Amino acid sequence: MNIINIEHVAKIYQVGSEEVHALRDVSLKMDKNEYVAIMGPSGSGKSTLMNILGCLDTPTKGLYDFKGTNVSQMNDNELAAIRNKEIGFVFQTFNLLARSDALHNVELPLIYAGVHSAERKEKARLALDHVGLSDRMHHKPNELSGGQKQRVAIARALVTSPAIILADEPTGNLDTKTGEDIMTLFNEIYEQGNTIILVTHEEYIAEHAERIIRIRDGMIEKDERVTKRYVPKKNGSSKV
Amino acid sequence: MNNFLFELKEGLAISLRAIRANKVRAVLTTLGIVIGIASVVLMSTAVRGIDNAFQTGVASLGSDNLYIDKWQWFNNDIPWWEMRNRRNLTLADYKKYKDLAKLPIASAPTVWSNQTVKYRERSVEFIILQGTNEDYIKTTNLSFSEGRFFNEIESNGGREVVVFGSEVAKKLFPRGGALEQFVKIKGHKFKIVGVLSEQGSWVMGNFNPDNQAFLPIQNVFKYFQNENLRSVTFNVRAENSSMVEAVKEEAVGIMRRVRGLKYDEVNDFSINQQEALLKTINQTIGVIQIAGLFITGLSLFVGAIGIMNIMFVSVKERTREIGIRKAIGAKRRSILGQFISESAIICLIGGMIGLVIAIILSLVINQFLPTSVDANAFILAIVISILTGILSGFAPAYTAAKLDPVEALRYE
Repeated sequence: MNIINIEHVAKIYQVGSEEVHALRDVSLKMDKNEYVAIMGPSGSGKSTLMNILGCLDTPTKGLYDFKGTNVSQMNDNELAAIRNKEIGFVFQTFNLLARSDALHNVELPLIYAGVHSAERKEKARLALDHVGLSDRMHHKPNELSGGQKQRVAIARALVTSPAIILADEPTGNLDTKTGEDIMTLFNEIYEQGNTIILVTHEEYIAEHAERIIRIRDGMIEKDERVTKRYVPKKNGSSKV
Repeated sequence: MNNFLFELKEGLAISLRAIRANKVRAVLTTLGIVIGIASVVLMSTAVRGIDNAFQTGVASLGSDNLYIDKWQWFNNDIPWWEMRNRRNLTLADYKKYKDLAKLPIASAPTVWSNQTVKYRERSVEFIILQGTNEDYIKTTNLSFSEGRFFNEIESNGGREVVVFGSEVAKKLFPRGGALEQFVKIKGHKFKIVGVLSEQGSWVMGNFNPDNQAFLPIQNVFKYFQNENLRSVTFNVRAENSSMVEAVKEEAVGIMRRVRGLKYDEVNDFSINQQEALLKTINQTIGVIQIAGLFITGLSLFVGAIGIMNIMFVSVKERTREIGIRKAIGAKRRSILGQFISESAIICLIGGMIGLVIAIILSLVINQFLPTSVDANAFILAIVISILTGILSGFAPAYTAAKLDPVEALRYE
């Protein structure tokens, strides 16, 4: 069954008197437990596509069907509910709350989901344990390394058991070794049956996915299966 | 309902976290509210204190009293020159009134004079000497700390005796022992036969019996005032407030007879009542209250603007945080609630501090002026501070709630 079904989606921004076509005509489908990389140079429209896929924004034209629901016409609050329940975000700049510790950061989506404190803490602990940070629960972001911050963000994305994980340049602010560790973690998450959408401009990162969609000038240039998928080794990578 | 309580609780938790993270700013922001609430509470307790003092002061003069006078004291619908041209009320008029009046439980003539009272090298200026008769005490609620009021024989005989208010006695005899001593007023010797206990109604000024001295009315005319030039006031006491009207009607009838007025002549006297005094006082206090609350309200308003300003800054600064929260599923309502409760909590904390300061200050002020802190002040402070917080936090919170998550996440 398709989780994501986008048909003829366009996004037009009004900049002054000029219309900017960030996305012209994009159609794509994604299944459950796919691992898809979206690639494209800057200005190609891949960020716009990611915002629409992540229900942060709605298309100007076209249809977005998410798990059988048309989300392209939804209002702010309805989209917030979808994001909360179905989408886990991982950002290049981590986007953690600076003044809250790791546990509270991971708890946050559950607060907005209306989960009560005890259950929330338990779930957040499990998620942090899952990414190998059970000993860093009460550390604030500035007491964590880049890799650890990104793990907290991944735990936050996983804690609501969303339908898709949307990662926007998740290794962009990390060194190669740490980046590789994070990609190993994503691979594990994928192998556990999750659906991952990875936005990147680095070929070797994209090759971790099983499918690469290339965007250029607001259109899909190429949508291809990865023939030689790079599968990282598992040895204890979740214990950085 | 459950959901609402949950959101309220989580909203408060998030707000407390944010306030704790910005302590210095919270303290500075709160200062405006602290000052605002402190002044509002202080003002309202001071006004209530003054009001109480007036009420007890008027009560000590006797609230069921009428005053028959040449002048109308309040509600001057009669031109003053018309009253000035009235014939003076005389002691003879009083005697006729007293003989004819059946309803009052007591009545007494009074005339006053402002004099300096001396005891050896000590002297006190501007003492109101009330010339009256032995029945005066029955028209008041006054009590004695020592001695007695002058009696009928002393009054009729015009003996040189005097009764002191507590303040007068205290000034002339700081170490007590005023009774049976002789004081000099305008060179004439008077014996102190009684000292009143303290009435404590400071707001009545010279009308406060504490600051007065009482002596037989003949002596006032003999030594201090020309009887032909001064009009006498009759203090008349009704048995209770329901009798006041009847006593008044009777008094009008008797006085018209005493003054020999024809049926088509208007009254050439006025019957004054405590009620009129109370009404005037209440009006004055009402004006003080409104003016005071308006002025102190302004300081609270300035505090509220401070809160609004800092909340706008806070929203701007935390744009990214708002973006993160919205991205992971916070609805508009949650963001709105978060910022409003943050500003309400800051104001409530400020209000509590302001209340404590107001209580301390009012205890200090109480040494000089009467103040009265009560439960109303607490409720007032709490309600006003929360309301201020909600109102001043609303606009910034609404701005935050409306932010576009994509824009907010991109904000540096």
